[in-house]
Amino acid sequence: MTVTLDAAAPNAAPNAAPNTPVIAAAAASAASAEPTLVIDGAVKRYANGAVAVRGVTIEVGQGELVVFVGPSGCGKSTLLRMVAGLEDITEGEIRIAGRRVNEVEPAERDIAMVFQNYALYPHMTVRQNLAYGLKNRGTDKAEIARKVAEAAAMLQIEDFLDRKPSQLSGGQRQRVAMGRCIVRDPSLFLFDEPLSNLDARLRTQMRLEIRKLQRRLRVSAIYVTHDQVEAMTLADRIVVLNGGQVEQVGAPSEVYARPASTFVAAFIGAPAMNLIPAELAGGALRIGAEAVPFAAPPAGMAPGFVTLGLRPEKARVVPQAEHAGGLPFTLDAVEELGASRLLHGRAAGADVVAAADAALPIPQGPLALHADPADLHFFDAVTGTRL
Amino acid sequence: MTALADPLAPVPAAPAAAARPVNRARRRAQILHHVVLIFGVLLMCGPMAVTFMSSTWDPVVIHSEGLQLGYGGKFLETYETVLLKGGGFTGEITGTLMLWNSVLLGLGFAIGKIVISMLAAYAIVYFRFPFASLSFWVIFATLLLPLEVRILPSYEVVQRLGMLNSWSGLILPLIASATATFFFRQFFRSIPDELLEAARIDGAGPFRFFVDILAPLSKTMMAAIFIIMFVVGWNQYLWPALMTTDESMFTIVRGIRQILQVWIGANIPDYNQALALAILAMAPPALVVLVFQRMFIKGLVETEK
Repeated sequence: MTVTLDAAAPNAAPNAAPNTPVIAAAAASAASAEPTLVIDGAVKRYANGAVAVRGVTIEVGQGELVVFVGPSGCGKSTLLRMVAGLEDITEGEIRIAGRRVNEVEPAERDIAMVFQNYALYPHMTVRQNLAYGLKNRGTDKAEIARKVAEAAAMLQIEDFLDRKPSQLSGGQRQRVAMGRCIVRDPSLFLFDEPLSNLDARLRTQMRLEIRKLQRRLRVSAIYVTHDQVEAMTLADRIVVLNGGQVEQVGAPSEVYARPASTFVAAFIGAPAMNLIPAELAGGALRIGAEAVPFAAPPAGMAPGFVTLGLRPEKARVVPQAEHAGGLPFTLDAVEELGASRLLHGRAAGADVVAAADAALPIPQGPLALHADPADLHFFDAVTGTRL
Repeated sequence: MTALADPLAPVPAAPAAAARPVNRARRRAQILHHVVLIFGVLLMCGPMAVTFMSSTWDPVVIHSEGLQLGYGGKFLETYETVLLKGGGFTGEITGTLMLWNSVLLGLGFAIGKIVISMLAAYAIVYFRFPFASLSFWVIFATLLLPLEVRILPSYEVVQRLGMLNSWSGLILPLIASATATFFFRQFFRSIPDELLEAARIDGAGPFRFFVDILAPLSKTMMAAIFIIMFVVGWNQYLWPALMTTDESMFTIVRGIRQILQVWIGANIPDYNQALALAILAMAPPALVVLVFQRMFIKGLVETEK
């Protein structure tokens, strides 16, 4: 049952689009020049001295979906909760639609939030869950009914309006949580790892739905996740956070193509980028004792130690006999992924992973690693920043 | 009896011959289990049955022949007398009034405890105030000071406030409850923080959150505590005995003793009436537990989240 209902939603969704005053509201606030959200030098320091967020400055434009991504403990959720008003802001300022909200109650901030575990009120029906926020604001009853019906239609949850959350599947609960946001007509949606409680198939589907919904409503959104695939697929812009600081801000393709640091390089992209310690000396690039024949160091780069980055999908492993000028490569293990396979091995003393098309045979005999010089990334060996 | 209790009875019809010894062993185990259970039931219900049966006999028979196991045929007369005939020194107190007084005490006791301890637990769990955990442990430490230990000062306080022989004097000093506060605290702590956060974003202040979300979620917990506390309140003896001298406020638990005391002398005490009162005093709490036991267990073992 769940399957059919969930599957039906993406098809039905576009039909619901034209009737939304939500869009009108969003468009009206778009007129202001100020970005929807400005986080200006935000710092979060706890009473015990621990610092979760160390001076983050980010702007979220009107209708933009920005994804905060990073490993656990990087401060992404704290930052989101600071925007929501659930955590105090130690230093800096947060402005929503041009208004300073540091001291404003969560309910007054014109935001709506989807929690990781959805946080639906278990004793209320879906309808009551959706209506609760509006009821507290003193919205007129007829108006509440209209908004709830509208959101329910948009999310295809009309049939469950009188059920309790415990009677719903994970995907349906997810929709109800989103519905609770939609009825509020906020100027900013906040998503706190909303898909992490769903199974893989449903996650992919809901990801797409969130994207479509956000596009249709043209409401700005912040989406927090630790899953780089989610970040890549959803974001207009990705903010990669590490240790409470911004590592890089950029479009997904940009973050993938030109990671600003080894941290971003290793975090974005699966399998992770190969990071190999190397040395620039005497006009050649060396890994350990061996010169890398296929890569001359870029012009103007000072000699010294660097970290060489090479995405597995850009690394080619071929028999030495076929292709001269590679780095000798010993194959240790092969992982089949269906469409591709991962070749794990060692080249010049460093662990290297290369992705190969599964349609091609596994290369045999003495092997060599090749790469296009344009696909190499150079990072400072000490600071990890891109050179 | 075993057949009744054995849900596997139809299974042996299956052709598997090898399965039979297993079934027999299982059945033997079941018989053993039931013997143990029946023994427990007899142990619990036997005295009640003897009390009830004896209460239907003439006091003379009880006096000369001891407690009775059979039915004595005087059920209606005895219970009518106990419930409706005025007794005590003033002759104004009837069994019905005493039952009603006990219900009042039990209800006031249980509801008061639930309200007070929910509010206390709410403050302790959801508000950051200085010495919050200290105050919790202070409340908890009062478990070491049961009513019996502090009964004289308590009496003194109530007496000075002029609340002797009043319902408020009887109930108010008893409704602070460390046990219930502890239960509610544990329960509130098990409610995910996101629920509070979602409510905050939905514009619910502390009062709304308590009334709209916390209280409905605590329903089963409240039911469980209500049952326990109603029975405890119903069974109060020492405190009402001190607080109320006015016979119209006597509870049924006190009344039992009163009946035996009044007819002391050369006469045979009205054993049958005393036993009937004992049955009447036991029945309501037992009924409350029987009726609400499902809720009670639910409140203790599961949470609606």
